Amino acid sequence: MPLEETIAPAGTMTTQIDAALGWARKYSIFQYPFVTACCGMEFMSTAASHYDLDRFGAGFPRFSPRQADCLMVVGTISHKIAPVLRRIYDQMAEPKWVIAFGVCTCTGGFYNNYSTVQGIDTIVPVDLYIPGCPPRPETVIQGLVMLQEKIQKTGGRPRRVVEAAP
Amino acid sequence: MSAPATQGERREIPAADARAGLEALKAEGFNVLVDLTCVDYLAQKRAPRFDVVYRLMKLDAAEGRDLGRVEIHCAADAQPVLRSVRDLWPVADWLEREVWDMFGVGFIDRPDIKRLLMYETFVGHPLRKDYPIAKRQPLIGPKSGEKADSPSFNILKPTVVGE
Repeated sequence: MPLEETIAPAGTMTTQIDAALGWARKYSIFQYPFVTACCGMEFMSTAASHYDLDRFGAGFPRFSPRQADCLMVVGTISHKIAPVLRRIYDQMAEPKWVIAFGVCTCTGGFYNNYSTVQGIDTIVPVDLYIPGCPPRPETVIQGLVMLQEKIQKTGGRPRRVVEAAP
Repeated sequence: MSAPATQGERREIPAADARAGLEALKAEGFNVLVDLTCVDYLAQKRAPRFDVVYRLMKLDAAEGRDLGRVEIHCAADAQPVLRSVRDLWPVADWLEREVWDMFGVGFIDRPDIKRLLMYETFVGHPLRKDYPIAKRQPLIGPKSGEKADSPSFNILKPTVVGE
């Protein structure tokens, strides 16, 4: 007789440990806001009481990468600061996720020039892209909910083997 | 607030005499260096090629009034001929570093000038008109010609080339 039928009448249910972990993790995202430019104003607006990111369990910015789950890269990334961003990412403990917030982080935006990184996914792996210049708080919240779905599905396991920074 | 006393007169000073002229203006009461910048006239084939611009203001600090402005233009080349004015207006320290960084126009009494905005390993001066528009010098990430494993980089920026 399968295990489920044996124990089900006793008032128990079976599940996957990953699903439980994913459920727990998606409502306790500790974010690290890596804010470099004007998108930061929109991030503040999203995080403040009117739009209230805390409703989704992501209201707790940690300014130490060791304590953060989710790296939010907010604003234009120049080549000069790219090694810093990479080191911040490397310092974060697994499981970790990266959000590219705003079009500059997604593709470089309209800064196709000598100084700007053409998309932070050339430096760090990105889980979620939020376009917009800057994105409205509603867009950010939709992105956060999509990230929560992703966390639920993957259970927060380390997604990939990350090679050391060059 | 009354209107500014003057809207700013434009004066051309030969680069070799710039220091003396600026000292005289400082003594005259122009106590703020509003901006120190540069223009590259490569396409106009002007010689010397660069135009270094000093914008000065007389500020009445007690009343917060603008008592007049003046704009000094000095034709200069990449070879340093201008003397530093750091001691007259301390902000010139950073602005001269910026002019050096972006345009490569040096100052004779600052031989070991450091870049202000770009990193030390950066080669060239990016705001010069002959700086290649597609040249990229990233510290990390994809370099000359190689493509990153990135959908945005590959689809949206096919024209980006390396050094």
